[in-house]
Amino acid sequence: MADYQTFEHDVLVIGSGGAGLRAAIEASATGVSVGLVCKCLLGKAHTVMAEGGIAAALANVDDRDNWKVHFADTMRGGQYVNNWRMAELHAREAPARVRELEAWGAVFDRTPDGRILQRNFGGHKYPRLAHVGDRTGLEMLRTLQDHGVHQGIDVHMECTILTLLKEGDRVVGAFGYEREKGTFRVYRAKAVVLATGGIGRAFKITSNSWDCTGDGHSLAYHAGAELIDMEFVQFHPTGMVWPPSVCGILVTEGVRGEGGVLRNSEGKRFMFGDIPENYRSQTADNEEEGWRYTQGDRDARRPPELLTRDHVARCIVREIKEGRGSPHGGVFLDISWIRKKLSNASEHIKRKLPSMYHQFKQLANIDITAEAMEVGPTTHYIMGGIRVDADTQMSRLPGLFAAGECAAGINGANRLGGNSLSDLLVFGKRAGEYAAQFSRENKTGVVNPGQIEETVSEALESFNRGSKGSAADGNPYEIQYELQRFMQDLVGIVRKETEMTEAIDRITELWIRSKSVAAHGNRQYNPAWHTALDLRSLLTVSEAITVSALNRKESRGGHYRDDYPQKDPALGKLNVVVWKGRDGTIQVRHEPLPEMPDELKGIIEEMK
Amino acid sequence: MKTATFRIWRGNSEGGLLRDYTTEVSEGMVVLDAVHQIQSKQAPDLACRWNCKAGKCGSCSAEINGAPRLMCMTRLNDLPLDKPVTIEPMKAFPLIRDLVTNVSWNYEVKKRIKKFKPRRPDVSDGTWRMLQPDIDRVQEFRKCIECFLCQDVCHVLRDHRKHDEFIGPRFFVHAAGLEMHPLDTEERSQELRTSFGIGYCNITKCCTNVCPEEIKITDNAIIPLKERVVDDAYDPIRKLIRRFTNGD
Ligand SMILES: Cc1cc2nc3c(=O)[nH]c(=O)nc-3n(C[C@H](O)[C@H](O)[C@H](O)COP(=O)(O)OP(=O)(O)OC[C@H]3O[C@@H](n4cnc5c(N)ncnc54)[C@H](O)[C@@H]3O)c2cc1C
Ligand code: SF4
Ligand code: SF4
Ligand code: FES
Repeated sequence: MADYQTFEHDVLVIGSGGAGLRAAIEASATGVSVGLVCKCLLGKAHTVMAEGGIAAALANVDDRDNWKVHFADTMRGGQYVNNWRMAELHAREAPARVRELEAWGAVFDRTPDGRILQRNFGGHKYPRLAHVGDRTGLEMLRTLQDHGVHQGIDVHMECTILTLLKEGDRVVGAFGYEREKGTFRVYRAKAVVLATGGIGRAFKITSNSWDCTGDGHSLAYHAGAELIDMEFVQFHPTGMVWPPSVCGILVTEGVRGEGGVLRNSEGKRFMFGDIPENYRSQTADNEEEGWRYTQGDRDARRPPELLTRDHVARCIVREIKEGRGSPHGGVFLDISWIRKKLSNASEHIKRKLPSMYHQFKQLANIDITAEAMEVGPTTHYIMGGIRVDADTQMSRLPGLFAAGECAAGINGANRLGGNSLSDLLVFGKRAGEYAAQFSRENKTGVVNPGQIEETVSEALESFNRGSKGSAADGNPYEIQYELQRFMQDLVGIVRKETEMTEAIDRITELWIRSKSVAAHGNRQYNPAWHTALDLRSLLTVSEAITVSALNRKESRGGHYRDDYPQKDPALGKLNVVVWKGRDGTIQVRHEPLPEMPDELKGIIEEMK
Repeated sequence: MKTATFRIWRGNSEGGLLRDYTTEVSEGMVVLDAVHQIQSKQAPDLACRWNCKAGKCGSCSAEINGAPRLMCMTRLNDLPLDKPVTIEPMKAFPLIRDLVTNVSWNYEVKKRIKKFKPRRPDVSDGTWRMLQPDIDRVQEFRKCIECFLCQDVCHVLRDHRKHDEFIGPRFFVHAAGLEMHPLDTEERSQELRTSFGIGYCNITKCCTNVCPEEIKITDNAIIPLKERVVDDAYDPIRKLIRRFTNGD
């Protein structure tokens, strides 16, 4: 019999990022008992890194803004394969969720008349991002954390969930291990909310933190839920490229929102040369107009640097490929040029972008108020994820909910900057609310001891091999690096059939090798063991991404195929869905988009 | 290729020792990169805690050549590499293993600090008005990434182990962020003086010196709080006026 401790809650939330905390707060406010499990420490989840802001049509800076414009912007950015209902709920509810943060103590930057200040961001028609300098994620996460800890939520830090426990189709709890001693734990719950964030660690160059290994995607998939839109991975156009050890660290879009420009090695602002048709009417056609836009001129149109991320990233890749890149394989991002426009430019930059200033000074020895940065694309966000009901966030498995980056629907083929933090709040709250309701309407389920035994023996296999000490022991770190390298090369920004087929073969090979990795030493806070356990998630999401990407034979949003460079209108009417078949292999199908009500179609037409 | 030696603490609460690892170093590397390299090639079970590798989460705190710092923001260029670089866990907290300490005490402390309690909204739509100059100070405190390096260096915790009577610089920053929040109406000076032990701080400024977010912990948070606590104790009228002007 496996040795483990058992905990019981009405609602179990897995993940302490913005989505998880917001869900836990909501569920707990309804009076049910809530447990929050996370594999990091509280307050350290990836959300803490978010920089630019939270998108919400508060209309504090431009009173022409409202939820309809935000809705239309989100759908346009997502190339219309978004779940319309989620996009609608998100646009309608985000303002209330942001104001609520203020009531809980968040201190956003202010407009001159004392309201929450909003900044420009790519793809948003009006200044819409509530922010705090360039550390908005920290402000949001800390506010939720400080509010949540006074609500009686039981927090289990540094516990990693390895499997979801099921009774028939229903999810009735989760099983995992705590790092400090390496002992196992059973969490029984009437409802479970997954809020485990993204998958960036499946790629070599990423802005994502250590915990973004796609665990929630993988847990849900193996439990029988569906994943949708997994081909849509967002490569953020501006990550650091030099020095190598910091390659991938994000350079916020806020730099461009504040007037930063992209140039190639010839000094040319190449984005002016490539403005897609559907954005032409909204985009400046000269540098002066672009500058005026960033300074709040309501009549100016946005500079092409603020086009959607997928497009800017591809333009950068093109410049680099065609030999017009910067010395270390990126392009130049320059904010220092605003010296020509503002007398206090240096102070201004430091005040608006303090962590960027800090980051470059400390890690690359570059003063961004005086010289240009070198930047290139970095794996940033996954639009795809667990398929959920738009209103309740419940997956197809009763009792299993998902919110935040691990859930899918709202972003379609490409996410607009700022729409993630608002997504976490809007759908985190909804998931918490409906999970609490589910827990009131259902009894605690029965945990199957066989399932636990099986997970325990799988989890300990790497140790059994380690203790035998055979020379052929696989090194878990090596397998992880190898996966990250080929996912970057073969399933990255520019994709094609032959390379992705190769990726599938290599994933299959790594699945086999992952069964022979070894962990040495004891179970106490053992990173090799942890890395070995992460492999299952990383391989699962890599496979789901690649299979979905092979299946979408067109280019759209974050998914670009060299062999199908155009959009295919027929494919624009469907989503790609994957799930685990009875035989254990991955299954895939196309599914028509849900029909949008005429009222919303009308809004989209009106805003075109 | 150039190499450097890292002298890393290995062990748990029962004991341990400093062990040397030599590894390749390249341009721009930070200490955390070196630790990862050693982990993947030489010491797979070397425990260290990290998340963002960008100085934003405050997970990777350690003592590098004796100085409390973030491993992910300490560049090797800035360290003398002709002798071994020592990496040790924080000393103010119980050791779990190798470079990882148990910092849960900090989370318990925070729960004891009364939470934000705003005045009634200024406008009927439920919102408030605050001017930027009035929140600059509070925003400085809210930059804190909870790395607990200031707690690690403070002699009241590190040497005198007053964990039961003193909440430490991090939480004076937190309390100051609440007390100076223009909307807050809660009352915290009583416990700051008593159970939070602000009197133990003798303004050595060691905490300010290690803060990676460059928060002026002593000058901007602790000293004004000390003044406030004294005022409130000896001048109750002034305290009432302050609460009154906050619109309570
Ligand atoms: C550098 C950067 C800047 C960004 N800036 C912005 C921005 O300005 N605006 C915006 O809208 N978006 C931004 N984003 C995107 C946004 O930050 C993320 O999409 C969002 O924070 C994800 O939040 P989440 O709550 O879904 O998950 P996360 O914050 O990733 O949290 C995941 C949680 O799940 C836990 N977890 C994971 N697996 C397990 C497991 N197996 N067991 C237990 N716990 C587990 C983790 O420990 C963690 O607590 C940015 C992203 C990056 C990388
Ligand atoms: S100034 Fe006070 S709080 Fe800071 S280290 Fe010195 S004694 Fe500790
Ligand atoms: S105040 Fe500074 S040193 Fe102390 S925990 Fe916060 S960021 Fe770290
Ligand atoms: S890993 Fe986040 S601060 Fe170092």
